Amino acid sequence: MKVRTLLIGALAIALAAGPLALSALAQDKSIFIPLLVYRTGAYAPNGIPSANGFNDYFNLINERDGGINGIKIVFEECETQYDTKQGVECYERLKAKKPVLVNPFSTGITYQLIPKASVDKVVIHSAGYGMTASADGRWFPWVFNFPMTYWSQASAFVKYVGAQEGGMDKLKGKKLVHVYHNSPYGKEANPTLETLAKQFGFELTLLAVDHPGQEQKSTWLQIRRINPNWIYISGWGVMNQVAVKEAASIGFKMDHVVGNWWTGTEVDVIPAGDGAKGYKSMNFHAPGAGFKVHQDIFKHLYDKGNGAGRRDGIGEVLYNRTIINAMLDTEAIRLAMTKFGNKALTGEEVRWGMENLNITEKRLEELGMKGIMRPLRVTCENHEGNGLALVQQWDGKKWNVVSDWIEPMREIVRPKLEEAAVAEGGKLGYTKRDCSKEK
Amino acid sequence: MTEALLAVLRPFADIVSGPAFFVEVLIGGIAAGLMYSLVALGFVLIYKASGVFNFAQGVMVLFAALTLVGLMERGVPVPLALALTMLVMILLAFAIERVVLRPLVNQPYIILFMATIGLNFFLEGFGEMAWGANVKKLDVGIPDRSFMVKGVQINQLEMFAALTAAVLVTILAVFFQRTRIGRALRAVADDHEAALSIGIPLKTIWVVVWSVAGLVAIVAGVMWGAKSGVQFSLSLIALKALPVLILGGFESVPGAIVGGLIIGVGEKIGEVYWGPLVGGAIENWFAYVLALAFLLVRPQGLFGEKIIERV
Amino acid sequence: MIYREAGQFKTTYGSDQAIFPILQDRIFVGLVLVAAALVPLVADEYWLQAILIPFLIYALAALGLNLLTGYAGQLSLGTGGFMAVGAYSAFKLTTAFPALNILVVFLLSGLIAAGVGLVFGVPSLRIKGFYLAVATLAAQFFLIWLFNKVAWFVNYAPSGTITAPPRTVLGVMVTGPQSSAGVRYFVALGFVVVFALVAKNLVRGRIGRSWMAIRDRDIAAEIIGVRPLQTKLLAFGVSSFYCGIAGAELVFLYLGSAETLAFDIGLSFLVLFMVIIGGLGSVLGSFLGAAFIMLVPIFLTNAPHTLGLNLPVALQKQMELMVFGGLIIFFLIVEPQGLARLWQITKEKLRLWPFPH
Repeated sequence: MKVRTLLIGALAIALAAGPLALSALAQDKSIFIPLLVYRTGAYAPNGIPSANGFNDYFNLINERDGGINGIKIVFEECETQYDTKQGVECYERLKAKKPVLVNPFSTGITYQLIPKASVDKVVIHSAGYGMTASADGRWFPWVFNFPMTYWSQASAFVKYVGAQEGGMDKLKGKKLVHVYHNSPYGKEANPTLETLAKQFGFELTLLAVDHPGQEQKSTWLQIRRINPNWIYISGWGVMNQVAVKEAASIGFKMDHVVGNWWTGTEVDVIPAGDGAKGYKSMNFHAPGAGFKVHQDIFKHLYDKGNGAGRRDGIGEVLYNRTIINAMLDTEAIRLAMTKFGNKALTGEEVRWGMENLNITEKRLEELGMKGIMRPLRVTCENHEGNGLALVQQWDGKKWNVVSDWIEPMREIVRPKLEEAAVAEGGKLGYTKRDCSKEK
Repeated sequence: MTEALLAVLRPFADIVSGPAFFVEVLIGGIAAGLMYSLVALGFVLIYKASGVFNFAQGVMVLFAALTLVGLMERGVPVPLALALTMLVMILLAFAIERVVLRPLVNQPYIILFMATIGLNFFLEGFGEMAWGANVKKLDVGIPDRSFMVKGVQINQLEMFAALTAAVLVTILAVFFQRTRIGRALRAVADDHEAALSIGIPLKTIWVVVWSVAGLVAIVAGVMWGAKSGVQFSLSLIALKALPVLILGGFESVPGAIVGGLIIGVGEKIGEVYWGPLVGGAIENWFAYVLALAFLLVRPQGLFGEKIIERV
Repeated sequence: MIYREAGQFKTTYGSDQAIFPILQDRIFVGLVLVAAALVPLVADEYWLQAILIPFLIYALAALGLNLLTGYAGQLSLGTGGFMAVGAYSAFKLTTAFPALNILVVFLLSGLIAAGVGLVFGVPSLRIKGFYLAVATLAAQFFLIWLFNKVAWFVNYAPSGTITAPPRTVLGVMVTGPQSSAGVRYFVALGFVVVFALVAKNLVRGRIGRSWMAIRDRDIAAEIIGVRPLQTKLLAFGVSSFYCGIAGAELVFLYLGSAETLAFDIGLSFLVLFMVIIGGLGSVLGSFLGAAFIMLVPIFLTNAPHTLGLNLPVALQKQMELMVFGGLIIFFLIVEPQGLARLWQITKEKLRLWPFPH
């Protein structure tokens, strides 16, 4: 009994003391960026290459360039398991280290952090995910989702289908099916698709797949009955793998199945094996390891044994996505330094950098990223930037780009986006700011 | 009012007007249901023989599949990998009996349930630590092509899974009814202390039953892993098996099959024909509502043991 | 020696039936309350925001579930769904009536959740034991599906999430991003203390005894006049009331905004684990269980840092899971009746201390 009581007493004391002991870093010559990652749990297969991309790019900047103008980037990973509550816990714990910006890498966690951003003065960069309405920078000065949002992506998808069918007028009468994850993320594309269906006359069927999407038989039975011309998939996690496999199982023409940019990774085509050949997906950057920045990563990191992941993981879709994400963040910081000086910047200053970001073709070439993405310009009103989409296709071994850069239908998307921003901003009690007054 | 009534009745007309498709839905439902039964079987085995609801069954399916794929990835040929995985599951059963079950003999069932929850967390972390968190392709050589039979599409993998489930259930049913060990298992489930007092070796029985459950987990893991790749979400199919378990009765092997069939077919028909009326994705709760409806008629599941109430 | 009743004589029935009849107990509880009230002065934002506020919220939910499962014996896996009802109804009420005091909104949302709980408790009359879990599971999945499907619940927001709007009470900002963690902590603390008191009195009185009668021997209970329908439904109603308020607090005081995924089956299991590990049928157990399930993972996440080990995050998380699972099994072997029983044993030993018997 004595041992038992002693053990319990010790445990109680340890439990009480544990969270108190948090280390704090001194930072005068560094900028802190927390990395919310998920290397374990249900979404780990996607989280691992994403986390590696961030790690590698920030390390590259530190190793190859000595930091941004001499200021090192200090980053710390925190495991969220894609769970909103753990994400909030991570953020609160790392807030003590004075972060300047955060990539939540999860729509759920992004929604949690958006209200805190303006209070804590931390920039939220939700690149290609998060709250689409935050693209209206007049309502959400602290939230950025460049290079592209879900609504623009959906319009780009319809544009691609139109091009494939021989013209937007040929869309009339065609059948499109949207298989989506039954969550706010999955539903994002629906309003846009419905608007476009009315405009171009195609028949749209929306099929929800319940979380987690391990079992999708009924969805694909319904698809067999509808026999659509094109399928668009908005999924995440195991839903992606099962969807691709089911599509292959029912013998659907894989080159008419297009996933959104979170549904088109190397991980998603693994279980389907050969059946996944021809599967397409959207993207806002090019896949593959053939760019100069990858050479640099090999040279400065992996050849010295400092790489975050496996060598053959470099060039994967999600890996490239996060090195671009990291690049955009570092370029924003660099831009902010031109105005505020080469020092450890504050969140406010980095925010200015993000809002005035202008990545030119020339700069992309300097960074070794020529061809990976298009030049990008962010403005006060437009936190989505003017990014372009493209379509990639799986050939059994890797993803290849099979389309030109597609301009989304901004004239249709933007008005709806502004409406949504009014609603979402109003909910949080924000007021619209006047961009012309700020410069 | 009549609008709503017509809307609810229209799917019946749908069914009649497209018989080939209805057969496809039926077959899809049967296949899915049998896949659920595979998972439910593991639960039933352990509950039948020790009265414990093994919350960790889903993770055991994942762990078995991870071990199998991990071995295969390291170049071990398939039959040997299967044998080694079985060995690992048997070792796991030994460990569980020694560490978790033996100290908690004769505790209330809710406590044993909680212990399996602890086991669930432990295996989750351990499996991921040992084999990694990536998606792994599972290919044990089961063919996976679809072919048409009289206008109805049939998938080879699903037929194979259905057949395996049927065979497994038959073997297990015979095992429990006819063999000496089977009777001993049922005695232990009834009352631990009484079984001990007539000389049934509790420890051996528990190791046997958890091993068999582990083997069932391997089969379930192979079938489900072939569909979605072996990854963490595999452990979540235990939730899908829960209505099957409840419907069929916690301690009935044939109940797992019949329950699986009912739930599988009911789910699919409900989702395909009536789902679009309310916007789809009703599968999850529909299965539970179906199970609930059956339970209201038979409160201990279709084949469950009647709960004898004492004053 | 310290913890002795000697010399404490009760002269009224009221003092004899007090919740804490022994003076030392009253002093101890008083000190705990004072310490709890002083916490915001010493704790930093992280402690308050990420540890204490969720602990109080989960404690309230665990309390609700303990009343249903621990005292009335009705196994429920629908806690997440009932918390979602509380959260969404609070959201609708406060957006429809912005002038209504947010505390009143919480109470009203609890009542709505209680109503829903009553509906889903009806099958409990026919189905018993583990099988009853199916009714609450149906509730769980159906409610989540409902909130996902019907856009009215999120006020047609394109994002599909509910957000806590800024609300003040007596001029102090209570919800919304401008509110301070200290204020929110006090609100949560207030609710939990009041409702713990209510729960303690409920279980000590006639209602609690009828619940425990149904739990232990329901046929005998019916024979002596405990009406099963009313008793079980009351248990469901009260439990859902608590869970509804906890759900509303979860969104308004802790998360700030939520989608339905925050209330999925994982939450139901989490609260059930808290109740079982804390001790079924014990008000204190709900608190201890919530503390255990909440604090141990956080401690395990931070421990390697403090010990100076820099493990990769994945390995850290996996080891955390393993240790957590191991600890659960360890505590169950040490004390199968939960942490509350450990506390009881401690008190009993304290009465004798320093004498062995």
